[in-house]
Amino acid sequence: MDPFVAALTIFVLAVFVGFEVITKVPPTLHTPLMSGSNAISGITLVGALLAAGAQETTLSTILGVIAVVFATVNVVGGFLVTHRMLKMFRRKD
Amino acid sequence: MNIGINIGYLVAAALFIFGLKGLSHPRTAVRGNLLGASGMLLAIVLTLLDRGIISFEWIIVGIVVGAAIGVFLAIKVQMTQMPQLVALFNGFGGGASTLVAGAALIKAVLLTSTPSTQLTVSTAASGLIGAVTFWGSLIAFGKLQGIISSKPARIPAHQLLNGLLLLVSLGLGALIVIDPGATWIYWILVAVASALGVFMVLPIGGADMPVVISLLNSFSGLAAAATGFVLMNNVLIISGSLVGASGLILTNIMCKAMNRSLGNVLFGGVGGTVAEADDIYAGKVKSTSPDEVAMLLEGARRVVIVPGYGMAVAQAQYAVRDLTNLLESRGTEVEFGIHPVAGRMPGHMNVLLAEANIPYDKLKTMEEINPTFEQTDMAIVIGANDVVNPSAREADSGPLAGMPILEVDKARTVVVIKRSLSPGFAGVPNPLFAADSTLMLFGDGKQMVTDIITALKET
Repeated sequence: MDPFVAALTIFVLAVFVGFEVITKVPPTLHTPLMSGSNAISGITLVGALLAAGAQETTLSTILGVIAVVFATVNVVGGFLVTHRMLKMFRRKD
Repeated sequence: MNIGINIGYLVAAALFIFGLKGLSHPRTAVRGNLLGASGMLLAIVLTLLDRGIISFEWIIVGIVVGAAIGVFLAIKVQMTQMPQLVALFNGFGGGASTLVAGAALIKAVLLTSTPSTQLTVSTAASGLIGAVTFWGSLIAFGKLQGIISSKPARIPAHQLLNGLLLLVSLGLGALIVIDPGATWIYWILVAVASALGVFMVLPIGGADMPVVISLLNSFSGLAAAATGFVLMNNVLIISGSLVGASGLILTNIMCKAMNRSLGNVLFGGVGGTVAEADDIYAGKVKSTSPDEVAMLLEGARRVVIVPGYGMAVAQAQYAVRDLTNLLESRGTEVEFGIHPVAGRMPGHMNVLLAEANIPYDKLKTMEEINPTFEQTDMAIVIGANDVVNPSAREADSGPLAGMPILEVDKARTVVVIKRSLSPGFAGVPNPLFAADSTLMLFGDGKQMVTDIITALKET
């Protein structure tokens, strides 16, 4: 299969999975959902690491390093603050 | 790239899906988030094993700096400030995607004089969406933090301006596809898209923030997915589309809860013909005191508390918790009615009340709580306005028409704790304040609730 079509297939199927999974999240958890999914979108860190470490040109390394900082803030901060929030949700005693 | 790393990425993507699945219940949510975080750790470690990476010094510097900022922000933030923090993180994610796509374009031009159309199209998409996300989120952050006025900024002909900026961005994107060698065009595209991000969010007011933040959340995912297409990396594509879908669902829920279309929120602005406040309020508003409210509460069997953004501003959630506990110890049933757009982001009120240790099973959605108001002795509205405005039921009531509301006016008595009669974000006067069953308790939310508690304890 053409790699682009394969990638597009994955994209579309993942969107469907996303819709299925996310519609089951109750409104009470919508803020943690946002911060948690936000942390997941920090996956772009993978690309940032490749750009920063490959040392192709000075410019691409600089861009990569800034991207690593941005994405790491997103990932670390996102998962941590979500954890902080989720720990507060408790049931009636 | 070898098969082992790619299979590892697949495992990471599966962990993200399991993680989001865990969020379907507060009981499993903590574990879900940890699963997501371990998926991320796995993806990072695998990437570092990639033989394409030759130098680690700068990577380590970047990770240490980023992690330090992230940990600092995540630990220091107060729960009332959560909307702006999420906006900020969102922006960083989008910005990172833009930079990664730019670096990938430079590399592709260096290696092959003619990068594939697929690469250039995805790079342009990533640059456009990522830059809009970055700057849009920063403006949203500024508004929520109070650095920029949260009132909708009046920009002359902003629809035209935004439309123009979008067209120019798309044109520049096409140029990148036609002539990828000129990488500087990419940065002009990023600059124009940045302006679009700024001017898209500036005209949007505070109460519409839940929609904007959800939408930007979706964009940050789509930017990551577009970067995934640039790098042909499946874990980016999968994670990005999951987040894109999540943000779109939330955006849709928020729009429905205001009975407005996304286009109307982004381009419409608020306004319209509105009834005169004086006609509605004149001589009909009854002011009350904490003592009187305490007296009424004594005989109440069921109380519903409706919080709004004003509760967050007054930091009244702990006082509200104390009142809840006191009432329950006296045998009164207490529940909370939470409108989907109460606060500045989806679920904002729930997080504040959870912080104050109020069990989540007391927090009811609009659909759950509305049928119960007729059996409710007292509804206490704290810092909410538009979401309880009964004029939304009338077709010609201006910006609120058709918006689903919390029907507090059906309760036997309504106590509204509010500083003044000033209208909510929509600018519409609220007939609830003048209703026969309504008592206005003018003052600071936290102070008033504390005074009610004191009065209740004295009786």
